[in-house]
Amino acid sequence: MVGIFVLAEHRQGQIRDITYEMLTKARELAEKANVNVTAVLLGNNVKDHAKNLAEYASTVIIVEDAKLENFNSEAYRKVLSGLATTYKPSLVMIGHTSQGVDLAPRLAAALNLPLATDCIDLAFENDVFTVTKQMYGGKVNVKATVRKAETYLATIRQATFTPKKSATPINGQIVTVPSPLAEEISEKRFIQYVLPPPGGVDITAAEKLVGIGRGIKDVANIPQVEDLAKIIGGVLSCSRPIVDKGWLPSDRQVGTSGKTVKPKLYLALGISGAFQHILGMKSSDLIIAVNKDPKAPIFSFADYGIVEDMFKIVPPLKNKVNELRAHKT
Amino acid sequence: MDVIVCVKHVPETAEAELKIDASGKAVEKTGLVYDINEWDDYALEEAVRIREKQGGSVTAITIGPDDSDSTLRKCLARGADKAIRLADPKFEGSDGYAIAKILHSVVKTIHYDLILTGMQAGDDGSAMVGPILAQLLGIPHATMVKKLELGLGTAKANRELEGGLEEQVEVKLPALFSIQTGINEPRYVSIMGIRKAMQKEIKIMSLADTGLSENDVGLAGSWLRIEKLYVPPVEKQAEFLKGTPDEMATKIAEILKAKGLI
Repeated sequence: MVGIFVLAEHRQGQIRDITYEMLTKARELAEKANVNVTAVLLGNNVKDHAKNLAEYASTVIIVEDAKLENFNSEAYRKVLSGLATTYKPSLVMIGHTSQGVDLAPRLAAALNLPLATDCIDLAFENDVFTVTKQMYGGKVNVKATVRKAETYLATIRQATFTPKKSATPINGQIVTVPSPLAEEISEKRFIQYVLPPPGGVDITAAEKLVGIGRGIKDVANIPQVEDLAKIIGGVLSCSRPIVDKGWLPSDRQVGTSGKTVKPKLYLALGISGAFQHILGMKSSDLIIAVNKDPKAPIFSFADYGIVEDMFKIVPPLKNKVNELRAHKT
Repeated sequence: MDVIVCVKHVPETAEAELKIDASGKAVEKTGLVYDINEWDDYALEEAVRIREKQGGSVTAITIGPDDSDSTLRKCLARGADKAIRLADPKFEGSDGYAIAKILHSVVKTIHYDLILTGMQAGDDGSAMVGPILAQLLGIPHATMVKKLELGLGTAKANRELEGGLEEQVEVKLPALFSIQTGINEPRYVSIMGIRKAMQKEIKIMSLADTGLSENDVGLAGSWLRIEKLYVPPVEKQAEFLKGTPDEMATKIAEILKAKGLI
């Protein structure tokens, strides 16, 4: 059974997409190395999910415990430490998500096993574990090798691999392992989910979005772009830094920690295109990006690009759109 | 409350065009402007606010060469009481794991109730130093914190999840929290603050002061070794519109018109 472990991520009764993305990549790695893929599912009353996971993995290990009802990095760490020590998988894959970020580094340090985080690719090359990561907000890729170990840990970036079931049905074996958690985890407790306050604007319903990023420079510059959005007949949205600065409310944020949008038009102004933002808007029908940096990642996802200061484009664009609308008869 | 805040001096690259240097393992640093890591800036502000409310002290710690002092000066100007910089040529090549070990060697000698770090750094984005440091210290932690409420012996932290959702967790103190951007609004530094900060001492420590060996730090003490940096391959590229700003704006408007969007 020893091979690649994939931690199944779930929340509020739903298996998260990252799970199937990782299982698909794990199967590719496992086929090359001639080993098996094991999905590890921790939770309470989660058996129903095991059948779905068994379509992707040759083994599904389930550990059920009321103390695993909601994600708790300490509870997960204790259970996974035990499983990793017992089964000695060659690789443990965990999502680079709010759960994985909380869990993986501490698990690695506790087990004294090497960890590579936020991987966009991974391979065993001549017995050396090699990973691809990104630096500087996605502007540079890094190939790195990992210190030799019996078991490697890696967190995997979301939406990097496309989930695909095996061509030949897998129908994996489901194994229940008793929970090693004897007592409540007192040092860290889950209390509740907190929903953001309902906002006035639903950007997911807008047909046209004008998105602003760091390039907006100052809160005082927002009205002129809002004006442009109105002229186009669209709604103003933004990337994370604008919400962090308190310049727009969080219901305007596009990206992994905000909303996923799919408008007919996404006009990105001064947005460099960190992957968290890209994941929230890449399915838009038409993407037009304006950015000063010709190498900004946003240009790899846009249909049309303009390398220029957004403030040199906004005023003439307003005029031109007004002009063309006036001619509409 | 005695609060330790761990900070990193990083280049601002959000709007910079980056080039890979001759070694192929780093980016060309000339021309880049350095500042406190964005996430650490929020962690520092949170630390100072806690001290202002509850008393105690704020100690800022960084690892890096001389020029990192400007980030520590910024911390002092913004309200940190003490600053420590760990510097040694042997630290070069350290990944998040080695950095956590170096921080641990110092933090364990200082009294603290709370340790704050940024959730990740803008350069390598590994998001691992905080939780590893917490494990080495044997204290609980929570990452991606967007709200922190301190109680008696415990703290409630709101963690950012995906899709706009948050979760609230309760953690026993002392604890480590890795801070997500947007938790507060970092303050501007007053001229007075900058002047006062110039007179404060920055304590410098080297490998010999940490009790660690050469094998614990740098490449030897790291999990990861950078082999090669490269510009991400472009799978698809936008069609670039050319001309004067006026001409380019006209082209956008015409595209919108042609697609029936205006």
